Amino acid sequence: MARIELRNVVKRYGAVEVLRDINLDVEDGEFIVLVGPSGCGKSTLLRMIAGLEPITAGDFMIDDIRMNDVRPRDRDIAMVFQSYALYPHMDVARNMGFSMEIRKDPATERASRVKQAADTLGLTALTERLPKALSGGQRQRVAMGRAIIRDPRAFLFDEPLSNLDAALRVEMRLEIARLHQKLGATMIYVTHDQVEALTLADRIVVLNGGDIQQVGSPLDLYERPANKFVAQFIGSPTMNLVPIKGRPEGVTLADGALLKLPHLPDSPDAIELGIRPEHIEVTDQGDLSGIADVVEHLGSDTNIYLNVEKLGPLMVRKHGNIPIRPGERVGLRIQPENVHLFAPDGSALRRASPNMAA
Amino acid sequence: MSIARPRPLLIAGKYAALLGYLTFALFPLYWLLKIAITPDQLIFTEGTQLWPSSLTFDNFRTVLFQTDFLAYFGNSLYVSLGTAAATTLIAAGAGYAFSRFDFGGKKIIIAVMLITQMFPLLMIIAPIYKIVASFGMLNSLTSLIVVYTAFNIPFATFLMQSFFDGIPKDLEEAAMMDGCSRFQALRKVIFPLTLPGLGATLGFVFTAAWSELLFALMLISKNEAMTFPMGLLTFVSKFSVDWGQMMAAGVLALIPSCLFFIFIQRYLVQGLTSGAVKG
Ligand SMILES: Nc1ncnc2c1ncn2[C@@H]1O[C@H](COP(=O)(O)OP(=O)(O)OP(=O)(O)O)[C@@H](O)[C@H]1O
Ligand SMILES: [Mg+2]
Repeated sequence: MARIELRNVVKRYGAVEVLRDINLDVEDGEFIVLVGPSGCGKSTLLRMIAGLEPITAGDFMIDDIRMNDVRPRDRDIAMVFQSYALYPHMDVARNMGFSMEIRKDPATERASRVKQAADTLGLTALTERLPKALSGGQRQRVAMGRAIIRDPRAFLFDEPLSNLDAALRVEMRLEIARLHQKLGATMIYVTHDQVEALTLADRIVVLNGGDIQQVGSPLDLYERPANKFVAQFIGSPTMNLVPIKGRPEGVTLADGALLKLPHLPDSPDAIELGIRPEHIEVTDQGDLSGIADVVEHLGSDTNIYLNVEKLGPLMVRKHGNIPIRPGERVGLRIQPENVHLFAPDGSALRRASPNMAA
Repeated sequence: MSIARPRPLLIAGKYAALLGYLTFALFPLYWLLKIAITPDQLIFTEGTQLWPSSLTFDNFRTVLFQTDFLAYFGNSLYVSLGTAAATTLIAAGAGYAFSRFDFGGKKIIIAVMLITQMFPLLMIIAPIYKIVASFGMLNSLTSLIVVYTAFNIPFATFLMQSFFDGIPKDLEEAAMMDGCSRFQALRKVIFPLTLPGLGATLGFVFTAAWSELLFALMLISKNEAMTFPMGLLTFVSKFSVDWGQMMAAGVLALIPSCLFFIFIQRYLVQGLTSGAVKG
């Protein structure tokens, strides 16, 4: 159990500033997910918390005690590596019990804890195997077992599922969610996968270029992105962006059409409008129309890629199977309550009322 | 659509090539053995016959009991084991540091180590002689160990470094997260995985020291401190070469090398780190 605090944390490699002024409070038992494009410093941040990477400046605290210079072994944090990092010369049981072996815990206690963890993770039949005789998913579970056996104050995961195939990823994701419910431990989790982030997180931290872009619950980030980067990064398929001119009580689209936005404050300086593909309706009485370019039938949904004159490409996602063929003209309506407006610097113009979107 | 059907011709060709190579590589060893067990009077008369018409172990008997061969042998063993142990220990430490740490002057040290490997040994033999002589260490086996160690360290270090490089850094970090100090991680996780590297380095250095002649000739002149390769030269007298005994001594000299490699070969197996990461 631990409260983790980062105060103005900075990481530099020589002259290269990888992370700038990171401030983050992680509550006891909270599940925090770090997301961001490749190279934005997610792993670096995690490794600084683990103690594997020195912190250049700022304060890192666990339960209000400054831990910047404490060795990894004394932080009592467990980490699951992306590569799993299983000890190849030890069998599964010894891999999982290694931390207790180092702590010189009694062998009987170690054996029973290993057995318990193996049962939880469905590894009971494999405890005598070497890692090389395991499948990727089994290795992943051993890596998790190694972490949970210690009952640490906090867990760190660095893209633990990225090496698994899609089905196994779903299964292990549920496993991790269950684990978090059961242990109630603080967890910090790095991922590239939107679904993992949105489903697991209590709060998501979006990083880009060494800065925290936004911290918030999955719904927060989806409904009220702080800027264009978060708006486009969270949500799949990606949010559409359309150039506009801001004016009182709404905006004008590039084709001259006026869109009234009663839910948004007057925003004369807005230059771009963001609308998620699921927030565009297909209707004959719309404000726009476009030519369907590509239509993808996913069964549960239909993705329609359109070209709208003067506006450029738009993507629309509709629930169910919509019988539209490429080349057809499609009428569209932008749901005004789900529109996001962005200023020239990319920041989002705030909505008047916080609880809009459907 | 011809997949995975065994092709007898291809397989036969493969084995023929293998056989050809083995014959080429092992024939000198066979000849060594053959001459060692050929009676003296037949050596020249039966010159190139593949198998002598009669056999003898006289050469071995003479070498073992009537020459100083056993003493040379002991000296060589002492020098080679000493060199192998000292070199491997130092190379393991240096290789680990090169592989894992960034420190000032690392590039320069590596460059200097490479440069030491560039000069023909003949060029530096005189200065080495002067240095050893000024320490009063001529004719001592220890001086040989020191010199051999010095000359083997660069290569052995690069060899060890490449083995350490092959061990994922994650493993050490995982061990540290599991509560190890850096030294514990080294001992419990890295060391067991480096055994193939240590074995290869030991074997390489041992063999190099075992067959070294140039420095030994230069630094050792007393009979009781001679190593085995020098001993071999004693079979060459002014007027004749005692081929039979020389070959018998050569055969005996192969024994420790063979034993040593049999001992370390199980550590040389590859793939010890497999399974550490998703493969
Ligand atoms: N030792 C180093 N020296 C200099 N720069 C480094 C070093 N290690 C990492 N970096 C830089 O730090 C930045 C952040 O790296 P990090 O590994 O944290 O990215 P990441 O967000 O985890 O990316 P990914 O999603 O690809 O894993 C990268 O731009 C990388 O080039
Ligand atoms: Mg990373």
